[in-house]
Formats: sequence, structure tokens, C-alpha cells
Amino acid sequence: MSGEGPPRDANYAPPAGSAVASPEAARVAVHFDRTLLLAVPATLFMLLLFIYPFLYGLALSFTPPKGDWLANYRTFFSSDHLWPTIWTTLRLALPATLINVGIALPIAYKMRVKSRYQRWITTILVVPITLGTVLIAEGMLTYFGPKGWLAQFLQWAHLYDGSIRLTHNYWGVLISLVISGFPFAFLLILSYITGIDPVLARAASTLGANPLAQFRHIYLPLLAPGLAMCFCLAFVQAFSVFPSAVLLGAPAGPTRVISIAAYEAAFEQYDYSLASAIAMIMGFVQLLIVAAVLGLRNFFYRGPVTGGKG
Amino acid sequence: MKHDFSELRLDHVTRRFAGAGGHAFAALSDLTMTIRRGEFVALLGPSGCGKSTALNCIAGLLPLSGGTIQLDELRIDTLPPEKRGFGMVFQNYALFPHMSVERNIGFGLRMHGVPASEMAPRVANALKLVQLTGQEHKLPGQLSGGQQQRVAIARAIVIEPPLVLMDEPLSNLDAKLRIETRAEIRRIHRELGRATIYVTHDQDEALSLADRIVVMKDGVVQQIASPHEIYAEPANLHVANFMGYRNLFELDIVREEGQRVDLAGPDIRLSGTRKQPGSGKRAVVAIRPEELALGDGPNGANTITARVDNVEYCGRDSLVDVITASGTRLHVRATSSPALGDQVRVHAPPERVLVYPAA
Repeated sequence: MSGEGPPRDANYAPPAGSAVASPEAARVAVHFDRTLLLAVPATLFMLLLFIYPFLYGLALSFTPPKGDWLANYRTFFSSDHLWPTIWTTLRLALPATLINVGIALPIAYKMRVKSRYQRWITTILVVPITLGTVLIAEGMLTYFGPKGWLAQFLQWAHLYDGSIRLTHNYWGVLISLVISGFPFAFLLILSYITGIDPVLARAASTLGANPLAQFRHIYLPLLAPGLAMCFCLAFVQAFSVFPSAVLLGAPAGPTRVISIAAYEAAFEQYDYSLASAIAMIMGFVQLLIVAAVLGLRNFFYRGPVTGGKG
Repeated sequence: MKHDFSELRLDHVTRRFAGAGGHAFAALSDLTMTIRRGEFVALLGPSGCGKSTALNCIAGLLPLSGGTIQLDELRIDTLPPEKRGFGMVFQNYALFPHMSVERNIGFGLRMHGVPASEMAPRVANALKLVQLTGQEHKLPGQLSGGQQQRVAIARAIVIEPPLVLMDEPLSNLDAKLRIETRAEIRRIHRELGRATIYVTHDQDEALSLADRIVVMKDGVVQQIASPHEIYAEPANLHVANFMGYRNLFELDIVREEGQRVDLAGPDIRLSGTRKQPGSGKRAVVAIRPEELALGDGPNGANTITARVDNVEYCGRDSLVDVITASGTRLHVRATSSPALGDQVRVHAPPERVLVYPAA
């Protein structure tokens, strides 16, 4: 939190109306916590590169070239070309996020115990995070394509003889979102799981809980807040999908996601104002989902995850 | 799950760990003993002696490397912990932080499929037993350390386990709470009569709680005996040392007749009682500070002359360090406080001068 200073600074504020040259004022000057200055670069960075562009875009979205201040939003929600992109994006981002969190959870649970193989498996699982979206798309096109290795193998083994289409459609984008999003979800959940005191599960086992019950009654409830957090981060990442929707999807139809709509508005119609409005709507949908999930999180226990004094 | 048994038999229970450089070392070797119904057994020893390993092996949290464990005719060392049904109390309590006191205590009953109608009165009873009635809706984080440990005890005993296992349950509590909770554990054991295995490194705890004490060192059992026997007749030097025999020194054997041994050093002549057979011309004597007294013994026998080197006033008595002319230091618990530098005489009855073979 770069903007927050230690509260004690408030106590050293010079009393109103006191003479500048008074000894107190001198003492106040001496007591100014100079480590606060360390927050200045980060604050400037946030202001210049995040808050200012955001506010600029927000203002821009309300100043369309023609029409009143809500014209862009009216256009978006009345055009059959624009508003369904919200559903298209949600249809990709929500399943991708659920799959990522859902698969990462059991694997991370298995990996929670330190073992010889843990480091290797973790490394292999995390490799996709180092690949760019474009590289993944390139690889998928050759692997999952109609003449790709997967299709050739299935036909060679006579497992499936029909035509396989896993690229240039919905599935291509979904698979790519899973590949690029999984390591992220996995690492996040792994760190949450390893933070839970393993003695709790041992205590549960002496009380008659088999491994499944230990997971259900001990690990899952303690993990729930972490899972919600992980879901939010993975969702925000998936919702802003752009390159893979273009490269692996059908950007004219089934995978015309909201970021494509914004891109077209900005760089094909040169309507920055409409593009800003779309970006604002995109942010608002993300905010809505995140707020809903974090709201759900309040129903779960959120305290410390150890069983007493350690 | 059995609720009662007549004996738990440990037969050559061994647990090896992979040590540095790939060498396996035995954290626990050949523990063989029988625990009878209702008995309170303490596993006592310094840290790293294998006592917690033994407890985890019995609980099923650690697989054995060798040996067997039997509950009457049922072999249990191959069962997972949830099938053994022993109640266990952990050093750091291991309460489930997201469950209320009530749900923590009821957890074991829930896992064993006890119907809800039967659960409530049993949980209430357990709460009453540990004197926490009224706290059932609090989360563990809202309780003090002593209360948390009492919840942990209630949670372990509410399932009516045939055996209760306790792993240093008092070591995270402060001195006053430790003594209170110790009395509480003793009372609960008396009321329920459940066989209990209690791991501790504190002699006082073991002496005050247990019916039988198992003293361990480096994974090997040193002595299994009643608290009185462990205290008064340690089987070997390790046990003597651990049980507070602070005066340990080597002397030459002059004469030996039955149990009775006469020993001599440059300026010490003592008669003692042999506690461990041994050959060799030298022996180690072990004397408790409480059993050395200032003054001459009957007819001047078993008396040592020494100079007072240090006096620590302890309230009820004083801990006096004396040094003999040849430099042997003795610790004496004395009711009077002699002045520093005084020449004093100290004595001990021959039956309290224990003789062990020299290493």
C-alpha cells in the first residue's frame, strides 16, 4: 500500500497557527519519517501509469465525438455486435478459471508434502508460465490442428476417426487459457496449502478422519479464502484474453471477446472514445465478479491457519 | 473401534530414519513393553531420545521399521491412525482453528458416525469434565493457552478411546498453568480410568502423573519402573543423572561384599550400595543433593570434609556447593547456610550412595 504512511506521522503534525520558528516546529521537521520518501517513486508510478490513464479513459468514454455523454454506453448495449461480447468472454473466462482452480487444487494438495519429486513436478507444471501466449498458440496450432500430432495419433491408433477441430474455435481458446493460467493458479494454491499446519490433519486422523475427510473438513475450509483469492486473480487474467482469442479462436464469431471489440473500436474505427467505454465496461464486469467472489469469502473462516501456539 | 482392552503389547517396536549421508539411524530401537488397562505410563527422556517417535508409532502417525503393536489379540501397527481410534493430545494443541470449541470436541464423534442426538450430551459432558462449560461457541483463537489445551484433552477423550496419547501437552504453558493442568490431567485420568501414554522431558511431570515411567535415551529404553523406583533406584548412570543425582564422581573400589561397596579417593572414603553390576577397579557414585547432609554421619562414617565454595539461598533451604581438598565438587541441599570458605563435613547414608560401573 504505497499511499499509506505510518499513522504516527499524524501525531507530529504542527499545531495549527503555531509559529514556524517555534522549537516544536523544528522538532516536527526533525521527526518527519524520511523512510516515507521511499514510497514516492511507487506512488508516482501508480499515478502516472495507472490512475491517470484510467481516469483519462473514464473521462474519454463520456465524451463521444457525437451524441450526449452516455452515447457510447448506449451504443454498446444496443448494438448486437457489441454487448454479446460480454457473454462470449464470460463463457470462456469462467470455465477456464474453474478448470484451472479445480485441477490445481488436488495437484497442489498432493504436492504439499516435501518429497524428492516435488521440486521436479512443480517445475514441470510451472514451465508454461514462462511461455508467452503467442508461443503457446503457435505450439497448439501444430499439435491440436486438424493435421496436428494429436489428430494424426488418434487416427493412427484408430481411437477416433472423425475430424478433430480443437483450433480456430471456442475449444482452442479455452485450452490455451487453461495452459497459460494453470501454473499461476497452481503456485498460488500450493503456497496457501503449505501454509496450513499439517499437525491439524494428523490430529483429525487420530480422531477418525480418513484422508478424504481430512481434506473436506480441515484443508478445504481453511483453504476457502485462498481459493476465492486465487479464483479472482485467475479470472481477471482470463477475462482480458486477447492474443489467443485471435490466434486460436474464431475472432469473427464464437470467440469475439470483449477485448477484440475494444481493439476494433480503437484501431479499426479509430473511435478511442467508444474503445474507452468498452474498456470501462470490461473493468466493471471484472469488478462485479471479483466483488461477488470476495463477498462469498466472508462466509468462510478467515483467521490463522495453525492449531494453537507453535 | 474398541473402547476397552486389557493390554497393549509393544514388541520390539523400532523406527529408523534416513540420516545424513544415507545412513539409517534408529530413533527408536526395540521398545518392548506391555501397557495394562487404566494404566498411566510416562515416556521420559531428553529431547531426541525417541519418546515422541514411540508415541507417533503407537498413534499410527509413523510407520514402524520393525516390531509389532497389539491391542489384546488385534494387531494394530498396520492400521492407519483413523482406524486405531486412540485419542491424541498434541504439544501445540492442534485445535481446528475454523471450528468452535463445541465442533472441535464433536469432530471425532462426527467422524465415527455418532448420531447428533447422542453427540450433544457427550460433548457437554466432556466440556464439564475439563471445566469449560459456557465456552462452547468460542473459536480456539479466543481462548487462552491453558483453555486450548483443555479443549484438546476433551476432544481426545470424548471419543472414549481405549488409549489416550499425550505428546508433551504442558510444555507450551507457563509454570503456574502447567501445575494446574497437570493436576487436571491426573484428575481426569482418575475419573475416566483410561490407559494413558504421556510423553515428557520433565521428571516432575512424569513422577507426579505416572503409574509407571519409561526412561529413554538415544532411542533405547533405560529403565521401566514405578516413579518411586526410578527416583530412588535408577538402573544406570543415565537414569540417575536425568533423575537429579547431581553428585557423580569416580572412586576406586576398595572392598566389595554383596551389594555393599567400600570406595576411596584421595580424600574421600565412602561406603555405597551397588545398583548395576560391573567389573573393574573403579566405580561412579551417584548421590542426590537432598541426601547429603551437613555434619558427621553416625560414628563419623561416610563423612567427607570440604570447603564451602558457593551458597544459593532457595527459600525453604539452600543449595551449598562444597569442594574437597583434591577438588571434587559436591552439591548439598542444606537447611542452614554456612559461610563461604568454612570447612564443613557432609555425610550420606550408605544405602543412598549409589554405585555404578565406571564408563
